[in-house]
Formats: sequence, structure tokens, C-alpha cells
Amino acid sequence: MNRHLISAGDLTKDDALLILDTAEELARVSERSIKKLPTLRGRTVVNLFFEDSTRTRISFEAAAKRLSADVINFSAKGSSVSKGESLKDTALTLEAMGADAVVIRHGSSGAPHRLATWVRGSVVNAGDGTHEHPTQALLDAFSMRRRLGGLDGRRITIVGDVLHSRVARSNVLLLATLGADVTLVAPPTLLPVSVGSWPCEVSYDLDAALPKSDAVMMLRVQKERMNAAYFPSEREYSRRYGLDRDRFAKMPDEAIVMHPGPMNRGMEIAAEVADSPRSTIVEQVANGVTIRMAVLYLLLGGETVA
Amino acid sequence: MIIKNVRVLGGEPVDIRVEDGLIAEIGPGLSGGEVVDGRGAIALPGLVDLHTHLREPGREDAETVLTGTQSAARGGYTAVHAMANTSPVADTAGVVEQVWRLGREHGHCDVQPVGAVTVGLEGVRLAELGAMADSAARVRVFSDDGKCVSDAVLMRRALEYVKAFDGVVAQHAQEPRLTEGAQMNEGVVSGRLGLTGWPAVAEEAIIARDCLLAAHVGSRLHVCHVSTAGSVEIIRWAKSKGWNVTAEVTPHHLLLTDDLVEDSPVGAYNPIYKVNPPLRTRADVEALRDALADGTIDVVATDHAPHPVEDKETEWSAAAMGMIGLETALSVVQEAMVDTGLLDWAGVAERMSAAPARIGRLPGHGLALEAGAPANITLYDPSVRTPVDPSGYASKSRNTPYEGMTLPGRVVATFLRGRPTVLEGKLT
Repeated sequence: MNRHLISAGDLTKDDALLILDTAEELARVSERSIKKLPTLRGRTVVNLFFEDSTRTRISFEAAAKRLSADVINFSAKGSSVSKGESLKDTALTLEAMGADAVVIRHGSSGAPHRLATWVRGSVVNAGDGTHEHPTQALLDAFSMRRRLGGLDGRRITIVGDVLHSRVARSNVLLLATLGADVTLVAPPTLLPVSVGSWPCEVSYDLDAALPKSDAVMMLRVQKERMNAAYFPSEREYSRRYGLDRDRFAKMPDEAIVMHPGPMNRGMEIAAEVADSPRSTIVEQVANGVTIRMAVLYLLLGGETVA
Repeated sequence: MIIKNVRVLGGEPVDIRVEDGLIAEIGPGLSGGEVVDGRGAIALPGLVDLHTHLREPGREDAETVLTGTQSAARGGYTAVHAMANTSPVADTAGVVEQVWRLGREHGHCDVQPVGAVTVGLEGVRLAELGAMADSAARVRVFSDDGKCVSDAVLMRRALEYVKAFDGVVAQHAQEPRLTEGAQMNEGVVSGRLGLTGWPAVAEEAIIARDCLLAAHVGSRLHVCHVSTAGSVEIIRWAKSKGWNVTAEVTPHHLLLTDDLVEDSPVGAYNPIYKVNPPLRTRADVEALRDALADGTIDVVATDHAPHPVEDKETEWSAAAMGMIGLETALSVVQEAMVDTGLLDWAGVAERMSAAPARIGRLPGHGLALEAGAPANITLYDPSVRTPVDPSGYASKSRNTPYEGMTLPGRVVATFLRGRPTVLEGKLT
């Protein structure tokens, strides 16, 4: 594996399977009454969050702590960063503190690439702008594999604001690597003009895609997109691209519903669908800790899983 | 003074005798007085840049008139057009005269200020174009470069108004609504990288509109830094109609492509490649080269845009847009146009000296090297290939995208009205 995890596209099939298999082993540990492993004792993991994301930060924090790493949370708000310190100076500060891994969430696409040129430790991308969110894709793949038994040849439909979604980008790359057949469904305004070059199918018609899906992943729609005329109204979006009860009924009986959270209930997904037994939404959160444990464990060179 | 053993436009070796700032005689076997040995270098008329950011006044941390003109001299330039987006903006006779005077005092090359089209580059009302034209700086080129004159009525009025003093409006063609938050060329790479796209149509739509406006009011339009194949087609069409439209291309748009943002030796998302208009695709580069070769694009202009280190050593979206280019322009043109067989040295002289001087209405520059012409001469040795190393540049800034690349050629000497500004590659 690379020293960093910045893009899901950097993972080979073997890398990805190693992470998923390691996560399976770690999941068994999580079922014990004492969840903590000594593996990363004495190592320092910095959570460097330039965007508010409590969910992702506590997921990484829990993962690092379960591996006994020391965790430093560095949030941009109220720190030197909000006083105009550059990303480079922040990186050099962390470097001087001896960070073994830096988990970075940043609003600017590519910030983790830049960070990786300034620090010696491993850089883990916890979401950069509208680029990627590779641990989200890994936890999604992990969740799907557990429910569907495997990913090779499985039909995964990703619905929503692909243009601005780092979750979609990472998922398309990772799922293609793992042999799944991905279809993106969105209004044309929310797809990149170059989406034809991506390793997936593209459709504007959710109703046509649903019966052919083993998993349907709904993406969060940001309210501000509406003001920028990507679609006429929330109601129209919901009518054409929302997963409501009627559409849910068109999916194959075993097909699952996913959402990376946080959800807009009633917008892209109906409450009944989100709460149905075929929804993996809560599992995804739990699996997030497990997959991040696996990533930190493998990047920081843990020896064996106890 | 005799400049010995040079090949004018790459021709047979000759000597050039310079007297009183003028070329007195060109021919073989001249002698007498001080001698500069050209060692077989190519002699070109002193280069003229139609698009330079000297940053003074306002951003003297990035460049000054002094360092910018030293950089120009080292690149073989004897005149540069200083863009108006300084602080304060060059939108009054006072500011353009200040810049013009600084150029004269330093003496490394002639500085011809460009005047802003609109007050403060704000695109709301016309700056006092006539006052700038009538000033000591005798401004003829007007541009809001960095920003587009996007209001169609304002653009029409500017084009009409400058006819009174034979001016030209140099448009930075960028439809603002189509490029809100734009970070790089919109295409395959931007889609993968999750960077907001700068679509080709945002340039092409403005160029098409402006060509039509220029034709309608019978004025001169110059299009800055053309970057797309579609823009080339529109300009070719406008010229075929006989309209008075000229265009420039930068060296970087002749050589570099947008995939460098994703994959380069200096790492992904390195803002050294962030520039406006953005680097485009290989197909665009090919179209721009062909257009420069066939004359659809008239001029190579550097868009030399110095930025201090801290404005580039950042995440992509926070970084400043622009690249320095004066000290590499001729080498890049050799690499992209001459060594590929698209242009000979006479063609280079036309596009880097004669045409920009003509468009800028700059007297005494861009004239053929012959007896009686001002001795503005650039000596260039095209035979060497060296890795680009900006550490010795005269520019205050180091934001060159070519660092580490191997490029051909070297400016050996530059003469401004017979006075060497550069000898043996060094400032005099």
C-alpha cells in the first residue's frame, strides 16, 4: 500500500481487499467487551479538520483510540488557522510535533495532496472539497460486501449530486476496482461534463435504474444547489430523483439502500425507506469506525491483529 | 560598435555596425571600434511583449518596474506593455505616467503602460481613456486584463471611443457568470479532480461577441491570451471577414496542458500550474500552434504574472493565478514552434516583435534589422539545451512552471537603441 490514503484510485484491488479483510478481523475485536487493541500505542494521529464534520472526526477519533494511538484534534475554528496561518505552516507545526498520521478534512480539493508534500507522516484524506472521501467509499464497500456477499458483478446505483460529491468520486473509483457495475443517476446539471470518461454508466432516469440495482446509494443534496439553478425546486428534485416508498418498491427484494449521511429526510430519501430493514445507514456509521481502524492500522504498519 | 558574426533571422553570418543608437550598416567583414562577438547567434529585432504584469505600484513584493524590466531584458525584450491591474489601477493619466517614467529611469527596456478600460477595472464606467492617450505615456492599448469587460454596451462604447486616438481594446475574454469559482479547464481532468471548471465556451462566447461588436463599430479589437481551439476558429472566421481583430497566445498555452494539474513531477494540485485562462488540452495546444503558424494568432505575449512564494505554496483554491514568463518565452517558442518546424526565425520575429509593436502602435520597435532602424536587437543561441533554473532570474518571483524542464536556447545579448542591456546572458 501507499504511505498515504488520498484517493480511492490509488488502491489496487489487492490493497482494497486487504483493507476490507483487515476490517473484518477488527470487527470481530469490536464485538468483544474490551474493544481496545494495543497496536498503535505510542503513535500519534492528528485529526486536522478545516471543515466542521463531527461525524467523520469522531469516527476517526474512535478508530485511533481503539488502536491505542494518541489522538490530537486540531480544528480550524478558534485555532491559528482562523487567524490566517497557511496550510503549509500548520503542516510544519504538526510535523514538528511528530504526527505519525494526519487525517485531514479540507474544503479545498487537493489539500491532502499538498499536505503530503510537506509532512513525513501518513496523510489520510477525510474528505477534500468536491474531490474524494476514500474512507467513506471503503466503509460503503465494506457494508455492501457484508450485505450482498461480495462486490464482483454487483450493480450499484449512485443517485444525486455527483458533480459536487466526493463520496461519489471515491465510490466510482473503488467499486470499479472491486469489479462492481456502477450506474450514476442524476439530473444532467449535477453530473460533470466529462462523466462519460468515468468507469461507470450514467442515466438520467432513476425509475429505469432501480429494478437493475443490488444497492442504491442516495447522495445528500445541498440546499444551496437550488439557488444556483442546478434544479428548479426541491419538490421537483424529490419527485424525479428522490427515493420514496413507490420507488423503493421497484427495487429487487434483496436490494439495499445506502446513504452516507447526513440525510435530508423527505428530500432525497423518504423516512420509511431510510428506516427500513434494507437500509444500511446506521450500519454504515458503525462500519466507518472499523474501516478507519483498518486504514490507520495498515498505514501505520501495525504488526498483527490480536 | 560592431556586433560581429550574427545570423539575422537565422540567415548567413554578418556583422552589424551600430552608431548613435541606430543600425548603420549590415554586412560581412565590418570592422572598427568596439566589438561584441555574436559567435554565430541568431539576431532578432528586439522582442516586444504586449502583455506584462510589472505589479508596481501596489505589489512590489511580487515585482517592480525595475526587476520586471530586468527580467524582460534577460528574456530578449526591448519593450513591454505593462498591464493596468496594479494598485492603484492604471486608470488615470497620473498612474500611467508614473509607470512610464519608472521604465525610462531604469532603462532596461521601454515600458509602455496599458490603460484600464473601466474605472478601477470594475466594469461600470469608462476610465478617462483620452487623458491616458494624451499623457506623456501616450497610451494606445486599453485593457481590464484580469477581468473581462463583460457588459456588452460598455465594451461597444470602449471600442468606439478609442477610435479617436487609434487605440485598441485588449479583451480578457472570460464570461464571468460561466466562470464563478472556476479553478481549471473544465474537462476530463477537472471532473476527476473535483475542481470547478472554467469552460472553453466562457472564452469563446465573449470573443465571438467582441468580434461582432468590433465589426459593427469598425474598431480594433485585440484578444488577450487565446487558449482554446474554439477561440481560434472564431478569430479565423472574423479575420476572413476582413475585420480588424488581432490575437495573442502565451508561451505556456503553446506548451503545457491541464493534465499537469493531476500528474506532474511537482505533485498533483500544484498551483504552479494555476493560471487564467487555465491550461487546456493537447487538442487546444495543437490548434493554438497551428493558428500561430498560419497567422490567425498574431502575437506571442507572455502574460508574465509574478507572485510571491506564499501565494503559490498553498492549497489549489487559495493560490494566485499566473506564471512568470519573460525569461523563458523565446525558449518555449523555439520548443513549441521552431523545433517542430511550424515557424522559422522570421516568423518568430514577426510574432514576438513586429506584430506586437504594430498592434501597440509602439514607434521605434519591431522594425526589421536594416540600416537606419533603431538598434533594438536580441541575440539568441538556439543550439544549447539546459534545465530551467529560476534561481538566477532577474524577476522577483519564482513561479515558473518550467522549473526542472529542459528547454532549448539562450538569450545571449539584448541591445536597446544600441546600448547593451544584456551581454553574455547577464544584465549589464
